[in-house]
Amino acid sequence: MLRPALGLLLPVALALFWEIAVRMGLSNGRLVPPPSVIWNTFTDLAATGELARHALATLWRVAWGFAFGVMAGTIFGAITGYSALTHRVVDPTLQALRSIPSIAWVPLFILWFGIFEASKIILIAVGVFFPVYLGVMGAVMSVDRKIVEVGRVFRLSGPAMVRRILLPAVMPSYVIALRAGLGLGWMFVVAAEFLGASTGLGFLLIDGQQLGKPAQIVAAIVAFAILGKTTDWLIVLIASPFLRWEDRFARH
Amino acid sequence: MLVLDRVGKTYPNGVRALDGISLAVAPGEILVVIGGSGCGKSTMLRTISGLDPPTQGRVVLDGTVITAPREEIGIVFQEPRLLPWLRVADNVGFGLAEYPKAERRTRVAGALDRVGLTEKARVWPRELSGGQAQRVAIARALVPRPQVLLLDEPFSALDAFTRADLQDHLLDLWADLKPTLVMVTHDVDEAIVLADRIMVMRAQPGRVYEEIPCELPRPRDRQSAAFDFVKRRVLAALDRSLDRAVAMAEEVEPRAAAGGGLWW
Repeated sequence: MLRPALGLLLPVALALFWEIAVRMGLSNGRLVPPPSVIWNTFTDLAATGELARHALATLWRVAWGFAFGVMAGTIFGAITGYSALTHRVVDPTLQALRSIPSIAWVPLFILWFGIFEASKIILIAVGVFFPVYLGVMGAVMSVDRKIVEVGRVFRLSGPAMVRRILLPAVMPSYVIALRAGLGLGWMFVVAAEFLGASTGLGFLLIDGQQLGKPAQIVAAIVAFAILGKTTDWLIVLIASPFLRWEDRFARH
Repeated sequence: MLVLDRVGKTYPNGVRALDGISLAVAPGEILVVIGGSGCGKSTMLRTISGLDPPTQGRVVLDGTVITAPREEIGIVFQEPRLLPWLRVADNVGFGLAEYPKAERRTRVAGALDRVGLTEKARVWPRELSGGQAQRVAIARALVPRPQVLLLDEPFSALDAFTRADLQDHLLDLWADLKPTLVMVTHDVDEAIVLADRIMVMRAQPGRVYEEIPCELPRPRDRQSAAFDFVKRRVLAALDRSLDRAVAMAEEVEPRAAAGGGLWW
């Protein structure tokens, strides 16, 4: 019960310290605004509907990028994990592509797909793809042969084998892969929105920098943190009925 | 009647695991297969199960040639191999997917009752002890009511006390349902406690070395002179079979060395 409260101690103490320091005039707080100013900026942005507009734009991009990235990553990961031949043919190329910093694709994507939504969503999808691909491939490859044999003993057909043995077996790794993919999705949406966007939380960051409004930058960062944490929690929540059997040390 | 007709198994790499195994197991008989490690006893069990069909000869159950797993043949492995994402009751009912729900439920409840784990029905496999998990695995194999139950060293990973307990348990189940049992073990006492007939195998390639009838009245007293007599017979046969196997291994070695010499 006490543990979450204990974790809050340090950030709250730091925030309080800074608030008091600015109030006492030890700093003007212009470049590092105190919590009260950030809070006011946040509520102002929320009240005018600006925050919701930008947050929704960002969320929409992440959602599409995540959807495409997960789809492609799952399909490729499942195939290369299942078939040794496909693995030998396809995996080296994908691993080579993976070693390219994904931001390096940006100029090419802009040339190919324009500067609007398509190039942003594709960049996010590329970011999401690799952790999902690696996670699914690894999970499928490491399914216990002995458990698969139990399926054979009970004469499961191909689809039944997938549904009753393979899917539940890869589920824990799949959820971890999805969470890693989502994390990268949030990372790449910032990069995408830095490259010329008129909406989105990334735009708020750039706008805050260019107009000298650090409180707006921090407010946007806070919004990113809230959205990132919430979407991650959603994945965990949706997956939890499938993972109740796991013996997790984290559950105390 | 389960019949093995000159069953052989040669792996793609040329290794001959089994050679010309012929035997017949009567319905309800308990056949225990014993032998040194690598003598092909597990391989033989897998050919009977249909998981690894033989490359020579055939396995026939009541006139049907076995080439793939069948409902009439159940198998229990050395490890319980329970599915960790299913509760105990769902693990036991895993092979009953085609049956209506009510039928499935009564059969699972009956099987759990038989292995004495009714109160564990809603528990996850990870919460079971090793002996309990293996009992669940036996229940899972018995629930489709197989004519033949194959057991591949099912108790070898358990401590001595649990092992003796499960042997008694298995005999109770067998007395109730009378399936044909074919069990592989390397534990001589276990073989004599359970078997109607003990088959000693020897390695390279796996062959039937000697068959020893074991017709002591049940329940069998491990301390009795008759038990000891059979035990000595089995141990003697095992010793002889292993000597032969060692001699064969030495024969094989020069050939391997010659192969290694072809490095160019």
